[in-house]
Amino acid sequence: MSFKMNLMEGTNFNASSLTALQKVTLRAVVMSFLFYGLAAIEGTLMRVALVNPSIPPIHGAPEHFFSIMTVHPIIGIFGSTYQLVFAAFMFLIPFLTKKPLYSVGLANFVWIMITIGSALAWIAAFIWSYAPLYTLYWPLPADTAQFNVIGGIVFIIGVALIMIGTLGFIYNIYATIFAKVGVHANKTTKELLISGFGIDGMLNLVHKLTGKPPYSKEPALSLPVVAIFRGTVDTFLDALVILGAGILVLVYLLADVSGASWDVHAVDALLYKNFFWWGLDLVADGLVLIYVAGSWYLLATLITGQKLFMENVARAALLLELFVSWMVWSHHLLADQGQPEMMKLISGEMVTMFELLTQGLALFITLMTLWKARPLKMTMELKYLLAGLLGFGLAVPAAIIQADMGMNRILHNTQWIIGAHVHVALLTGLYMTLYSVVYVLWPLLTNNTKLFSMKFANAHFYLHLIGSVGMGAFMGMAGLEGMLRRHFYMDGEYQTFMILAAIAAIMMVVAWVIFMANIIMSVGLKGLVGIFLPASDDTATFGIDPQPSVVVSQKK
Amino acid sequence: MTFETSVELLKFHNVAYTVYAMLIISVIAWFAYNLTREKKAEPIVRIPFYLYIGFLVAMGVGHHIFTYNTIPWVSEDIMRHNITPDKTFQIKMANHKFDMPEKMEIKKGEKVLFDAHSSDLVYGFGLFRQDGSMISQMQVNPGSRNDLLWTFNECGEFDVRSTEYAGPAGNAMFVKKVVIVTGCDKKGA
Repeated sequence: MSFKMNLMEGTNFNASSLTALQKVTLRAVVMSFLFYGLAAIEGTLMRVALVNPSIPPIHGAPEHFFSIMTVHPIIGIFGSTYQLVFAAFMFLIPFLTKKPLYSVGLANFVWIMITIGSALAWIAAFIWSYAPLYTLYWPLPADTAQFNVIGGIVFIIGVALIMIGTLGFIYNIYATIFAKVGVHANKTTKELLISGFGIDGMLNLVHKLTGKPPYSKEPALSLPVVAIFRGTVDTFLDALVILGAGILVLVYLLADVSGASWDVHAVDALLYKNFFWWGLDLVADGLVLIYVAGSWYLLATLITGQKLFMENVARAALLLELFVSWMVWSHHLLADQGQPEMMKLISGEMVTMFELLTQGLALFITLMTLWKARPLKMTMELKYLLAGLLGFGLAVPAAIIQADMGMNRILHNTQWIIGAHVHVALLTGLYMTLYSVVYVLWPLLTNNTKLFSMKFANAHFYLHLIGSVGMGAFMGMAGLEGMLRRHFYMDGEYQTFMILAAIAAIMMVVAWVIFMANIIMSVGLKGLVGIFLPASDDTATFGIDPQPSVVVSQKK
Repeated sequence: MTFETSVELLKFHNVAYTVYAMLIISVIAWFAYNLTREKKAEPIVRIPFYLYIGFLVAMGVGHHIFTYNTIPWVSEDIMRHNITPDKTFQIKMANHKFDMPEKMEIKKGEKVLFDAHSSDLVYGFGLFRQDGSMISQMQVNPGSRNDLLWTFNECGEFDVRSTEYAGPAGNAMFVKKVVIVTGCDKKGA
């Protein structure tokens, strides 16, 4: 097949053969990777600007640099990872529970809301240079002396739409899990809730220790579903907090537009910071750690075709993570002297330490499941899974080091935390895990479409892996030498580290281009358009008897 | 082992984390290699599950205990309300500017309290060496107590920089050589 034919037609992809569930999943996946590319380009622009501040479009202007820095995490976390994770889970929950998705219409609403919301936030920064950073420390987001009011309103509306889309996703997931149909027709809500929170795993362990018969031999929900449910609890709380903060900012901005000048100091900055970080930290724990653990368990069982090693411990660990993830936020406020010392010690240091335990357990269980099934073929999904495990193996201890009252004095707000921890966790840990999920789902979502090039897939893997670990490492090294994370250095400071980090960032952009080329050449431009056209088959589940009567009854 | 200055601690941390990173990369690489081998591979070290859990807990808790005992500023920070400082400097911050003494002169070993107040936004107060490395810092929230008690165990001239983002104008919140520490036999960093 010629290059032009391949570009237009793909390999053997046929968009018109896809069901409604496949199409809505693929739509969100496409948007996710477009936003990922935007975030990668933004990140690279910032890395290069720290080598040469006068590059376009920044031109040495802190206003422009910080407006990019403001939207970069919004685009990367919400526009890209939220979309990808939500898409995967809205497909996987019906796949794993053998029940139809509660509503394909709501699933479409979710990706549209997140796409419009992320685009609005980006536009607010691009046109009006609204730049309070994602931390939004009070009263900065409502500081109309520094920032354009209209820009602020557009930004906040954008973030609010993302959160409304998030709430839609959560509703869809809960409604699907708790639907009394198919395998769950005879389950009570209580049984599903006990399983969803991992309580049955904990009780099984207790019963084993006390010599009683198992509490439940066959849990109501499979382990990956438990992880998705558990993570969604945190995502729900996080959405409420960010939405609440957005409404507060919006009230002040609208008051300003109306000519009133409200006292921004009526809101306590430290209290607001606690409230905001409590919610924001749930993104890290709810989205990243718990969802990732669930994804590892799912991938390990799918790749090996065997039961998960120490399943009850894994379920109990997800319950433990419930308490841990709600109580760790204070590690973000170890450098705030007004924060009570006991809160710093208990929440900031001690409870945060449990992240090492919960994530360490997930890593151990996944590795053991793989090990017991050896020899395995080194498929793309296994390769990406191992890289994802490595990412968290590097990033979680890097965070524990910083979440310490002694180390925090010299690491807080430096490039260490954003490089060695955040970027390695997200780019190596989370994205490599998500790419593994993409490779597992690819044949299911595209009806066995042949991948255009394995060479492209391997080039993407190595460029992304080396680029992400390398960038995190060089940023981390600069952080150890005092380089701040929310600062625009314009006099050639930390030049060597920044050149190396910029090269690593460019490697990741090249990796993304290769990945996108591989996908587009596989599905073709016609197929890409076809994904966004209405599906003729409204099946909302996959791989089982579609149970049309159930689908129809759910729609009613 | 005791660290007198943050430079010593950072050097130790740099080496310790680099060794750890190499170790975890090697373990995953070894694991990946053996996963695909037809011949049944035996682990080099057989780690019982409970030993592994114990190791994780010991590493997490031990890290905090280790730093508490070896870094002098941790216990000082927790007990700072009971400690009478040798010197106190008032730092005011507003409109992306520092308002503080032109020179803050300190003798090595003195306990110094930097008492910072912001009347508008959230800023940061950070002390830096001439090579850019950080001595210490704190966040400065409007309406809150922001007091950093610090004992300088090194001599030299140090810069003050805002360590928190408070809008693009905050990028220029940088005052060179405003803290001067004397009294060392040998000049520090």
